[in-house]
Amino acid sequence: MTTDVPLTSLYQDLILDHYRKPRNRGTLPDATVEVHVRNPTCGDEIRLQLLLEDGVIADLRFEGEGCSISQASASMMTSLIRGKPLPDALALGSRFTEMMHADADAATDGSLRDLRALAGVARFPVRVRCALLGFDALREAARQSAGEAP
Amino acid sequence: MAPLDVDRLRGDFPALHQDVNGHPLVYLDNAATSQKPVQVLDAVRRYYEADNANVHRGIHELSRRATEAYEGARNRVAGFLGTDDPAEVIWTRGTTEGINLVAASWGGENLGPGDEILLSEMEHHSNLVPWQLVARRTGATLRYLDVSDEGTLNLDQMDEILSGGRVRLAALTHISNALGTINPIREIADRVHAAGALLLVDGAQGAAHGPVDVAALGADFYAFSGHKLCGPTGIGALWGRRELLEAMPPYMGGGEMISIVERDMSTWAPLPHTFEAGTPNISGAVGLAAALDYLEGVGPAAILAHEQALVAYALEQLRPMPGIRLFGPEDPGARAGVVSFLLGDAHPHDISTILDSSGVAIRAGHHCTQLLMRRYGVAATARASFYLYNTRDEVDRLVTSLETVRTIFA
Repeated sequence: MTTDVPLTSLYQDLILDHYRKPRNRGTLPDATVEVHVRNPTCGDEIRLQLLLEDGVIADLRFEGEGCSISQASASMMTSLIRGKPLPDALALGSRFTEMMHADADAATDGSLRDLRALAGVARFPVRVRCALLGFDALREAARQSAGEAP
Repeated sequence: MAPLDVDRLRGDFPALHQDVNGHPLVYLDNAATSQKPVQVLDAVRRYYEADNANVHRGIHELSRRATEAYEGARNRVAGFLGTDDPAEVIWTRGTTEGINLVAASWGGENLGPGDEILLSEMEHHSNLVPWQLVARRTGATLRYLDVSDEGTLNLDQMDEILSGGRVRLAALTHISNALGTINPIREIADRVHAAGALLLVDGAQGAAHGPVDVAALGADFYAFSGHKLCGPTGIGALWGRRELLEAMPPYMGGGEMISIVERDMSTWAPLPHTFEAGTPNISGAVGLAAALDYLEGVGPAAILAHEQALVAYALEQLRPMPGIRLFGPEDPGARAGVVSFLLGDAHPHDISTILDSSGVAIRAGHHCTQLLMRRYGVAATARASFYLYNTRDEVDRLVTSLETVRTIFA
């Protein structure tokens, strides 16, 4: 981390709002895919359930345990990708990953919506994995639904 | 007992004198690992510059000196543990290897179906998983002591479990890495021995925070690491009573641990070399001995008193803080320099990041004690841990930084 990065770049109100009032939190009884991912270094975890209909994320829910960054990021992701075709959702994940690697264009990409509030995480390298955990779960879910071995 | 001259001691630790994220470093992650004094760094460098050779084999001057330094360091550890038999001191990579050695070697030889191993909910994973492995291999059963709300062991429950007559060995920590609790090892040892069982003490924290006398403690095995007491990483020691060690099969095979090697079988070198296959961590042993010299100079009893004074001061500052949840014994005299806490709904990782941005290094997570975290119904805690070089001003910096956490997570 560079010297004296203001914490306000990390802990924006929007992030704390998603942390405290996560969107799409809960369980989905008719889910077609369910995955559980965990960051072994810090113990953060996310369970993600998708209802896929003709390759479109018709509905989704997540549950998790972890820091504000991992949980807010997962909440923001679920709001963003609900109703989108799975390939489009994965493409947004790639864009978000670019943002986490300090890609300035990605950080201003309107298609990422609330997730842009996490741009500051790129300046805290040890927290990048936290921010990516939600999309890790989505990628794992995509692999599972494609019938590949996890 | 004179208080520590902390200003002078801090001068011995180069790593403490740096800015982190634009602020002077406040290093409060000592239960994870300690910083190293120049005396230790110099000893390791001097060894490599002047004496480096392999031990116990070269018939030349440098090998003689290296062997002397290596065995001299073993004598130093024996003295530190209060034993006059250096052959009872086995070099290891650290506490984890020491416990694995006993679990695999003693456990593999002595445990069977129906036998029980007594552990507690506050054990570090390194004093749990090795026993799980050997239990699966031998059919032995694991029993667990509960931890009270205040973070202490329930000795009545221990008596109850011991009265079943099936416990062969109790493996318990001297000091809890997550709570700071100092366990009453002598009292535990008496009860364990009265039941005909053995006691292994996990000394990873215990050896760093005060004097250790294995006989007075009543331990049968005591394992510790160098890096938590100002020594290098990758070196530690296992102490065991001679008659126990002599009856145990080797843990690893290789050079250094044999006497005569045949095509199908070999005979073992005598203690302590039976358990020291391969070229050992010679410079680590030299560094560990230098660390023990350093601690002896400082005064181990004064170190614990200093830590307890810092814990008392920290608890005093933290208790009134809105939203704080503190773990561990309320009496600072019942714990070493560890303060585990939660603050409002800020996750410990967030607390740690915010503190790091003002140069304050703490640990956040489950502290390799997932059973203990589950016991308290939390996934993780934040942990500040103090050592001989920490000051009240640093406790103040911790408290001030926690105010920032409260502001952000207001």
